[in-house]
Amino acid sequence: MGPSVVLKPMGHTRNSIEVEGLVREFKKGPRAVDGIDLHVDPGEIYGFLGPNGAGKSTTVLMLTTLLPPTAGTARVGGYDVVREGPRVRSVIGAALQEAALDPLLTGRDHVRLQATLQGLPRAERKQRSDELLTRVGLSEAADRKVKGYSGGMKRRLDLALALVHRPSILFLDEPTTGLDPQSRTALWDEVARLAREDGVTVFLTTQYLEEADVLANRVGIIDHGRIVAEGSPASLKAEIGLPSVHALPEQAADRERLVAVLAQFGEPLTDVTKDVAVRLREGVAGLPAVVRAIDAQNLPLAHLEIQAPSLDDVFLAKTGRSLEGAGDQNGATPER
Amino acid sequence: MSNSAAQIWALALRSVMRTARQPASAIPPLLFPVMLMAVNAAGLDSSTKLPGFPTDSFLAFALAVPFIQGALFSTMNAGTDLARDIQTGFLNRLSLTSMRGWALIAGQLGGIVVLGLVQALFYIVVGLAVGVDFASGVLGILTLLVFAVLVSLSFGAFGLYLALRTGSGEAIQGLFPLLFVFLFLSSMNAPRNLMEIDWFRAIATANPVSYLIEAVRSLIITGWDGKALALGFLLTLAIGLGAILLASAALSERLART
Repeated sequence: MGPSVVLKPMGHTRNSIEVEGLVREFKKGPRAVDGIDLHVDPGEIYGFLGPNGAGKSTTVLMLTTLLPPTAGTARVGGYDVVREGPRVRSVIGAALQEAALDPLLTGRDHVRLQATLQGLPRAERKQRSDELLTRVGLSEAADRKVKGYSGGMKRRLDLALALVHRPSILFLDEPTTGLDPQSRTALWDEVARLAREDGVTVFLTTQYLEEADVLANRVGIIDHGRIVAEGSPASLKAEIGLPSVHALPEQAADRERLVAVLAQFGEPLTDVTKDVAVRLREGVAGLPAVVRAIDAQNLPLAHLEIQAPSLDDVFLAKTGRSLEGAGDQNGATPER
Repeated sequence: MSNSAAQIWALALRSVMRTARQPASAIPPLLFPVMLMAVNAAGLDSSTKLPGFPTDSFLAFALAVPFIQGALFSTMNAGTDLARDIQTGFLNRLSLTSMRGWALIAGQLGGIVVLGLVQALFYIVVGLAVGVDFASGVLGILTLLVFAVLVSLSFGAFGLYLALRTGSGEAIQGLFPLLFVFLFLSSMNAPRNLMEIDWFRAIATANPVSYLIEAVRSLIITGWDGKALALGFLLTLAIGLGAILLASAALSERLART
């Protein structure tokens, strides 16, 4: 018998994610993922943005080998998620939507257990545990039971557990949902550092526009199981192109006059509540004319602001809805 | 230690730590069977005067019951713990590691074995403290420990199967009364040959729990009864093997990872 041959992925695909026509149907539910294609480069942070129930978590479950796809192919780290599940799992780390921790174990217990289950040599387990707990700022709380941890601490521990075996690809499913701003920023810093310094490829799902905007090199916007837009945050916003001007009259009685004045300069925006807003036809260059027109009409303003296009504008343009509150009522993963 | 052995050890240690850190679920399996035994012994002591009753100490006769009742508690605890892991997503976390499925079952069972051993030692100490004379001697006590651990392991495996099948701690708690029915419809309070009600004797004879109790009881009050021990050990091994196979199949279904 000849020597066994271990097929290793090509260098350029080692840290990448490649997905073609991925579909997941559930028995008693909709087509949760409806034929998505995407490619994530090594060392890239890819933001997967969409409302609740859009198909983000189902995609992550398939890419992490926890849910077999109904159709399509996906290669993670160069390995096929269906045929080479154990190999995929050996190169990925994942922090899934719920920080699934055992409330009766301490932070250190968790990291040691994870290190053992990931096959780290005994001599390395303690060192790696200490290193990771320090990195996520849990050294002092390491010997406290997890049931006493805050939401932010649990998320940080979750991230540490995902990193135990030094994965080259990291899946983070809504890692900052429910966190306070300080904890969120701390987690963003760590994720950015992982990609920048360690070259880890990060696939991050989020329903927060700011998160995708701040962290992601590229963003895929998913709605009803389909990717409706993809690109860098800047390019997506540039696609929408024009900034909007938002004004609030000092007197409520002047509102109609203000609407008439601003309408001369662009298409009115309907998804604003208090302000009167238009998408500026001539871009920022049109702003002086807007100010002059308002002044000529002697309209006192309480507030005037120019806003660059946001990812929410992109979502609105692509789906006809605002991302905020766009999630359906049945956002949870349906029964297999 | 090989990687698989280290994984099993780590999971067993977790199981033991979980039990040790929640006294509210660790202590009742120890105390409740002893309390029930004390109540029964107080009320049924005069039954030892029945012709053909195998001993003149009802405590010695009843001491077999806590061993089996404690194992039934193990079923509940093992099942509830695993069901909680499923419900919280902790099983998904384990699934993403290089852990093998059978290592999870072996690890969980390892924890159950430790708990079963602690329970059995506690009941033996209680028995010795209240003056029960173990007819089979020291070797019999050792055999009793082995048997008790095997019973815990078998019932615990059944608990794991239920957890993997239902994925619900509540469903497993709901089975608790059913397990008690098995216990009460056995020879726990009277030898089968002295049961006068035919239907009750028939059910007790068909109930495997009777044979497990009688195997323990033989070591305490009879000495070495080959038939009772053989029946007890064979039934326990059969239940254990069946439960482990069922749990393995249910785990494969539950771990839908590719």
